[in-house]
Amino acid sequence: MGGSKTIALNGLPAGQRGIVRELQGGHRFISRLAVLGFTPGTEVLMVRNPGRGPLIVQVRDTRIALGLGEARRIFVSPSADGNRE
Amino acid sequence: MHCHATTTDLSLTEQKTAEHLAEGQRVITVALAGQPNVGKSTIFNMLTGLNQHVGNWPGKTIEQKVGTYHHNGFLVRIVDLPGTYSLTANSPEERIARDFIIRERPDVVVAIVDAASLERNLYLVAELLCLPVPVVVGLNMVDVAEMQGMRIEPHVLQAALGLPVVPMVASKNQGLRELMETVDAVVRGQIPLHPCPPEIRADHREVLDELGRLIHGYVPEPYPETWVALKLLEGDSEITEMMRRQLPPDRWDQVDRLLRQHEDAILAVAGGRYDWIARMIRAAVTRPRAGQITLTDRLDQVATHPLWGFLLLLVIMGAAFWLTYTIGTPIQDWLDVHVVQAGAAVVRARLQRAPVWLVGLLADGVLGGAGTVLTFLPILILFFALFGLLEDVGYMARAAYVMDRFMHLMGLHGKSFLPLFLGFGCNVPAVMGARIIEDRRARLLTIQLAPLVPCTARMAVVVFLTPAFFGRQAALVAWGLVAINLAVLAVGGVLLNRILFKGVHTAFIMELPLYHIPNARTIGLQVWQHTTAFLRKAGSIILIISVIVWALSVLPTGELETSVLAWVGRGLAPLGRLMGMDWRMVVALLASFVAKENAIAALGVLYGTGREAVGLAETMAATVPASSALAFLVVEMLFIPCMATVATIRQETQSWRWTLLNILLLLFVSLAAGIVIYQVVKVVLSPQSLVLGP
Repeated sequence: MGGSKTIALNGLPAGQRGIVRELQGGHRFISRLAVLGFTPGTEVLMVRNPGRGPLIVQVRDTRIALGLGEARRIFVSPSADGNRE
Repeated sequence: MHCHATTTDLSLTEQKTAEHLAEGQRVITVALAGQPNVGKSTIFNMLTGLNQHVGNWPGKTIEQKVGTYHHNGFLVRIVDLPGTYSLTANSPEERIARDFIIRERPDVVVAIVDAASLERNLYLVAELLCLPVPVVVGLNMVDVAEMQGMRIEPHVLQAALGLPVVPMVASKNQGLRELMETVDAVVRGQIPLHPCPPEIRADHREVLDELGRLIHGYVPEPYPETWVALKLLEGDSEITEMMRRQLPPDRWDQVDRLLRQHEDAILAVAGGRYDWIARMIRAAVTRPRAGQITLTDRLDQVATHPLWGFLLLLVIMGAAFWLTYTIGTPIQDWLDVHVVQAGAAVVRARLQRAPVWLVGLLADGVLGGAGTVLTFLPILILFFALFGLLEDVGYMARAAYVMDRFMHLMGLHGKSFLPLFLGFGCNVPAVMGARIIEDRRARLLTIQLAPLVPCTARMAVVVFLTPAFFGRQAALVAWGLVAINLAVLAVGGVLLNRILFKGVHTAFIMELPLYHIPNARTIGLQVWQHTTAFLRKAGSIILIISVIVWALSVLPTGELETSVLAWVGRGLAPLGRLMGMDWRMVVALLASFVAKENAIAALGVLYGTGREAVGLAETMAATVPASSALAFLVVEMLFIPCMATVATIRQETQSWRWTLLNILLLLFVSLAAGIVIYQVVKVVLSPQSLVLGP
């Protein structure tokens, strides 16, 4: 996987890491996510991604539950080394 | 630039405090700030104990807690600010927190941060540093951070932040004394503060300076100019609106143009703050190797699993109800017999020479009405305690996550599940609990649906009547009644969302806190607050209405059969007939508006078994067909919310229209359901109803 390719957050499988590249949406939405730590360049770890319904990501030592609609508006580039142990 | 402004104002605060002390006034104000889930309320409760007052922020339906403690000759007035992730005007809570700091200028702001997620928690500290107040950092839950393998050096963090840092484990009563002493020392000016707030990312520095020049001289007191410039760039709606009014039109145009060119500047501001935080963390924290599996990870394997998590939730809910009723019901029965009925007997015996009306008022009105309501207190306390325990452990956020998919069908998200769940105890805290939902539409919809959750009072009526009418099938019928309520709630939610809110989607963004060991004192105080609120209500509104209903049931002749209440009930009898109910059942329904469990007391009086409800169910079963009883129970379960709930809905929505809508909606739904159930069951059970019929 190339580091430059960006996908929507809900495309990141559980256990995978990615780097936040872009947030799309209204000002309030972007502001809320930025405050929680979703700023461009931040690493996120997908904790649970059931495909349907909300998912859980870890960002800056915090687990955050996100609705699918919200996850679709966060774009990340998957980390090349995938699941780091 | 920010540093300069902050230090100037700090010295002003010190002067102000010095004057206070010189005049012998030893009252200081401390604001307690922090993000959600950092143990802030535990610290507030530990510091103030029961010396606290819970109310609302002026003009808002957001809880305000103010408490006091004495320390070193100071009377410390401590104001618990709402838990917020930042100080942007994204939510009313954030506005309240920052308005308090800017306008009231507390002597010290204590910022509580969770050591285990220090990175995100320092964001609020980064924002506080831009305001002209002294900040003390309470580094809480250092034990949890250590369990996660993190090592934090408080002294290094203190030096890097330029602020006093007090390591704490509030749940184990560690660090509170040090925190109080540090606050004292800061107020006395014994600890020099050299905060150095974060700077914006380099690519936006020029824009910020430009904004600062444009607004210079136009910023109203008491707002700091540099802070206003930063908030403008962040796109803060409130500050933008304020400056649009303050600036001359041509200046505003320039500012507006600049802001439009940099609409995504919030990312540069937030990014700058996180860069600053990263420097602090690098200095003061040794992190574990990546990939360490924590207790929270292990528990969440089950608790947030789409299938297992849902089953776990059902088991936990089932256990909570089972415990509540298994322990609570015998206590309630005992109180009913030994306090209410025995009390009424004592009143009758002692007041033999008193006027009949006075005995009736005390025995039937006060004890039989408000007293009966109070017997439900043990059940409520148990339920509140279990709910508080699940919340304090950190489980309720997982329950919200698991329920999100189902709540979505109603245009709500997972968070709405929490107040609705609380509704199984009592609808009043459920309506108030809807405050946790940020979005106004979702909050209103949750409030509209909350009264459909069957509360303990309604379950008491069901448990009381079903055995006599349905024998072995009683449990089945009771579950069926609950199922009807939940089905109506689900369908009502979907329809209301479509009709009133056009199916608008609300964002679901929720933190899942780490699991931690519950704190008995936090849970205890929460139960205490819920309970005293209920007691105050029972002592005022429920008492008054009990007396009024009692008066209506004896006026004007002294006999129930010819009373005002009976007259009203007879007037509504044609409607009752559609549901198979006679006027007495209609009156019982009306009485349940005061408090749902009043239905039992009213039936007791009306069916002539006297005050003692003993034998009432059997007496009724002999004269009332099962189909009528079922219709009565269905209506009782779905009927207009009790008066206390109605009053709470009015208070929380700040609108009579929403309150009235709820009443009319439930009135319609309950009567329609009652008619349908009666007519259908009558046809299905026709031979049986002939046997049992009058």
